[in-house]
Amino acid sequence: MARRDRHVRPRPGLEGPSGPSRALFPGARRRGTPLNTDTPGPLDAAGPAPAPAPGDEWPATRAAILRDAAGIALTSGAYAVSCGAICTAAGLTVPQTMALSLLMFTGASQFAIAGVIGSGGAPLAGAAVAVLLGGRNALYGLRLAPLLRVRGARKALAAQLVIDETTAMAVVREDERAGRLGFWATGFALFVMWGLGNLLGALGAQVLPEPEVLGMDVAAPAAFLALLAPRMRGGTPWAAAVLASGTALIATPLLPAGVPVLLAGAAVAVLALFLRRAAAPSAEESR
Amino acid sequence: MIWYAVIAAAVGCYLFKLAGLSVPERILSDPRTRRIAALLPVGLLAALIATQTFVSADHRLTLDPRAAGLGVAVIAILLRAPFLIVVGAAVATTALLRLVL
Repeated sequence: MARRDRHVRPRPGLEGPSGPSRALFPGARRRGTPLNTDTPGPLDAAGPAPAPAPGDEWPATRAAILRDAAGIALTSGAYAVSCGAICTAAGLTVPQTMALSLLMFTGASQFAIAGVIGSGGAPLAGAAVAVLLGGRNALYGLRLAPLLRVRGARKALAAQLVIDETTAMAVVREDERAGRLGFWATGFALFVMWGLGNLLGALGAQVLPEPEVLGMDVAAPAAFLALLAPRMRGGTPWAAAVLASGTALIATPLLPAGVPVLLAGAAVAVLALFLRRAAAPSAEESR
Repeated sequence: MIWYAVIAAAVGCYLFKLAGLSVPERILSDPRTRRIAALLPVGLLAALIATQTFVSADHRLTLDPRAAGLGVAVIAILLRAPFLIVVGAAVATTALLRLVL
């Protein structure tokens, strides 16, 4: 246990950009909290004396990072299973579901395209919503770029792994080497478990008789709600959520399925431009 | 058609990820860009929840067992239930209500 206390545990959702890990694993914070609250940082653990040379600490730190990466990947398996199930219940084939898993590899966007297609929307409208939702990964990349310092093929590979969890696992580390290991270890472990979970869910949902009788049509909105909840801090997100859901519902009888969601996104973008106060949370996100 | 959408969306998502690692910081760190990027996911998720819970197959506003399922999901989230419990409780509630009604 003493060994475990010496490293800084990542605090998903507490320090990451707008609660990234918690955004994908609503249970993660609860699981991690008891350890987080009283886990001293490396300097505290070392007492008043200066922290020991990184070399002494590194094997323990590395083991802890790998353990955390494996833990995140395993937790994500459950989320991946439901994502795969929702995709095939929405009418995507198993190869299409797996293409999303491997090529898109960003959970909320996968749910979004499946949700729009499942509710009878135009597939391209679903694609547009998914891409807009993936826009936040660009801001994560901005934070990760100075840490990873990758070029060429490594950059092309790293880019695919830039998501909520890898960012959270990288940016909470005090040491750059630890941050890089956190990013790559979490990225690879998650990519594998995410694919396996998606496949399992997709195959499982295929044998279900009628998705609607089983209530599967509410799985996507419930999943969105779990993704949304950690972001609802302060008045601005609530204003955006009310504006967006109101716009989408009013536009629904008038426009083809999927388009009202895009319209809601446009309304929120306009709101963001007019709200000066919204700068506060996003400035916090930038560092 | 679904394949086109899947590939286009995957490429779009990848380009956003790559842009973050490639684009000079000043472009993406524009305050307006940041404000939009912070609020857009909230708005899109809220709109997706609303349209997939309160809209019927023929594109009309409706109140059906999905709303009850979503209500149970809210309670589960307030109780800090893990992800699978949140989704599972919503699905089970909706399925049960459809069975009873």
